[in-house]
Amino acid sequence: MLIVEQVLNGLQLGVMLFLLAAGLTLVLGIMNLINLAHGSLYMIGAFVAASVAGWTGSFVLGLLAALPAAALVGMAIEVVALRRLYARDHLDQVLATFGLILFFNELVSIVWGPRALFLDTPRWLSGAVEILPGLPYPAYRLAVLAVGLAVAVFLAWLVRRTRLGMLIRAGATNREMVAALGVNIRLLYTLVFGLGAMLAGLAGVMAGPIYAVEVGMGEHILILTFVVIVIGGIGSIRGALAGALLVGLVDTLGRAFLPTLFGAAMGPAAASGVGASLASMAIYIVMAAVLALRPRGLFPVHG
Amino acid sequence: MSTALLDIAGLTKAYGAVIACDHVSLTIAPGEVHALIGPNGAGKTTLIAQIAGERLPDSGRIVLDGHDITRLPVHARARRGLGRSFQVASIFPRLSVLDNVALAVQAHAGHSFGFWRPARRDEALRGPARATLARVGLAARAEALAAALAHGEQRQLELAMALAGAPRLLLLDEPTAGMGPTDTARMIALLNELKGDVAILLVEHDMDAVFALADRISVMVYGRLIATGTPAAVRADPEVRRAYLGEDEVA
Amino acid sequence: MARRAILATAAVVGLILPLAATASGQEYLIGVATRILILALAGLSLNLILGYGGMVSFGHAAFFGVGAYAVAILAYHDTMGEPVLTWPIELAGTQSAFVAWPAAMLISALFALVVGAISLRTGGLYFIMITLAFAQMLFFFFVGLETYGGDDGLSLWARSSAGPLDLGDPATFYYLTLGLVALVLGFKARLVAARFGLALQGIRDNEQRMRALGFATLRYKLAAFVLAGAVAGLAGALMANHSEFVSPALLSWQRSGEMLVIVILGGMGTVYGPVAGAIVFFTLEELLSQWTTHWMIVLGPLLVLVVLYAKRGLWGLVEDASRARPLPGKEERRGEPAS
Repeated sequence: MLIVEQVLNGLQLGVMLFLLAAGLTLVLGIMNLINLAHGSLYMIGAFVAASVAGWTGSFVLGLLAALPAAALVGMAIEVVALRRLYARDHLDQVLATFGLILFFNELVSIVWGPRALFLDTPRWLSGAVEILPGLPYPAYRLAVLAVGLAVAVFLAWLVRRTRLGMLIRAGATNREMVAALGVNIRLLYTLVFGLGAMLAGLAGVMAGPIYAVEVGMGEHILILTFVVIVIGGIGSIRGALAGALLVGLVDTLGRAFLPTLFGAAMGPAAASGVGASLASMAIYIVMAAVLALRPRGLFPVHG
Repeated sequence: MSTALLDIAGLTKAYGAVIACDHVSLTIAPGEVHALIGPNGAGKTTLIAQIAGERLPDSGRIVLDGHDITRLPVHARARRGLGRSFQVASIFPRLSVLDNVALAVQAHAGHSFGFWRPARRDEALRGPARATLARVGLAARAEALAAALAHGEQRQLELAMALAGAPRLLLLDEPTAGMGPTDTARMIALLNELKGDVAILLVEHDMDAVFALADRISVMVYGRLIATGTPAAVRADPEVRRAYLGEDEVA
Repeated sequence: MARRAILATAAVVGLILPLAATASGQEYLIGVATRILILALAGLSLNLILGYGGMVSFGHAAFFGVGAYAVAILAYHDTMGEPVLTWPIELAGTQSAFVAWPAAMLISALFALVVGAISLRTGGLYFIMITLAFAQMLFFFFVGLETYGGDDGLSLWARSSAGPLDLGDPATFYYLTLGLVALVLGFKARLVAARFGLALQGIRDNEQRMRALGFATLRYKLAAFVLAGAVAGLAGALMANHSEFVSPALLSWQRSGEMLVIVILGGMGTVYGPVAGAIVFFTLEELLSQWTTHWMIVLGPLLVLVVLYAKRGLWGLVEDASRARPLPGKEERRGEPAS
């Protein structure tokens, strides 16, 4: 019973990571840009949703405000700063977007103050669903899972079946060709960036009722997202999904079971400390193992 | 062909459905200048990359001077006497011209775990490097930053770097690419002076250069070698004329 | 010669600073300056792999933190009178700088060896993200290490003992730190102009060409990575002594980012750049934080502007100024250690 619940928890963390990783890996794969400030967009989504939901009492209104807000902020930083970094090396991108993180963290703490906010679960999702006889599971978390999977399907459709997706794929391999087709590549990039930002904002909103909405919330999850992308392979949506679910499961199950496992094997409380330490390191060990076998990730993109 | 310096047998490399290199067999004698010609996309650069070790073949064997080097990494082949130039000049732009060549000397002068003695005052490195620069006609530019060299000079520098390791076989991928007539003529003269000292596998589109330099010519089309022989024999080969030379003359 | 003048001024200021601070009753400045020197040392070690080797490590704070923890843990066991290890060998704790500091360097170097061996097989973006991830892994390792304070960190009873030197005296500790920075500067100036340093710069400029010349490039990159890890470990050992406290925050990814900033701000691939970068960065931090608690809102965009418009860094500008009148036909590359 416990294991079913923990697997679901793991998958739910996985889809949240996927929402972040999808946008990040698109930007990495297409624009060849590493954007540390992606986590800031997640934070902004969560804060906007928490405030609007606080004023209006409606989670849905909060969500509806947060998505365009994250997308707009994302497009704004693309136009103002990141656009100038596409042709630069990764080091420049790391530093400049590191600067953006400092800026956004401070901005959020000026606007919203230093204390954490709370985003309540919408009432119609606050109950539990009995997924197996005798095993209730929070409806909200199931909804998160459903939304994440729906987004995965939507992205697969977008990239494979639409004109925009065709341009995205073509743009990744041949910038000049797409430009020659008369497509405004600058606008295309801004739109892709906005899309990624909106997904990050969505992840932030969904995280709101589960984790605390606070300054710096985007950074820990950003690094987890990097692990996801490294495992999946840069630029691959499929890899992002596989990596996200793997990381979500390993992290959640590791934290749930490793301490007790070590406690059972080694006995005393010190062992459960080792277990807890190992559990928080588990995903990095998985990452190292994947890299040792496949240095370019599970689903390497050609080129 | 036990006297061959380089002996390639049945080399095959496919990228998905495209066979870039289809059972290629080729020998190069010590001191021979062997030109590899063929239309764009024929697989010449892939073949060079496999000999140099940057790509591993799917099957086949590469023997250098009696040693099987098919699976050796790039640097180990270089230490066994393979020198190489790239299609696009490959140098160290932020170092001086002399530093560039001195590094090439250093590669063959034991290990480079020297942490203390100034390498720029080490005559064991600087001396041979200066001599090599003089050999390619770049002595006057020794102290310039490599990035500041003109295109033709960068190709000369690359040749000097390849030569500095005293290679037994030089792999030259289009050494005159992008050069004007004056630079091309100088490069051909340079390579002519090397003739006999070092074996050269030369990929080249400039047919004047090829016929001026080559002892033998191999023609590659769609990943396969369709002919190998003396310049006169290759020029007369009807299949070659049909597949390649005819087109080239029209173009 | 702007370069000489600045170096001479810096040396004089560095030497008389404790005297001046004491005379003017502003002893706290000695501590501030010591902290700047320690982070300059960390920056120097990062610059070796970043500026000369072209390896963009986003996890350098990990080695810094490991060095700090090594000193703290050894001291903790010495105070408690419990051995650090009982198996396979019994290893007692120590407060001696002559044992603990080299041990810190060694352990940091070993971590760098493991991290480097895995991450250097990849390149570019992967390398950046993997080094970041490994640093984060160590961060969580120390957070989970309840024995040594976990999240709350671990306090030291006192600074390390160093024979006749009293490291508890701020001025003594400052001069020791200054001496170590000078020593590392001197060693690095030799190193980057020696065979190893040239090979490293060749790899930075064009790794494919280096392999084609016959260099086993991975070996040299790994050696530089380990060396940088060891020096970062020394900086960490000094930091543990300086603040008499260690916590996982030492290994945080912001700390790694800060180190990158110091190196870039000062000028990548220049010998003195990281020192200049550390001085300017922390002076700026000090000034801005006196002006407003929200100083990051200024620093962040400033960083973006530096990246976009002043990539050569401060020391790069100084060198450009010094290079304005080169001797005809002879750049300063020969003879003089690359600066």
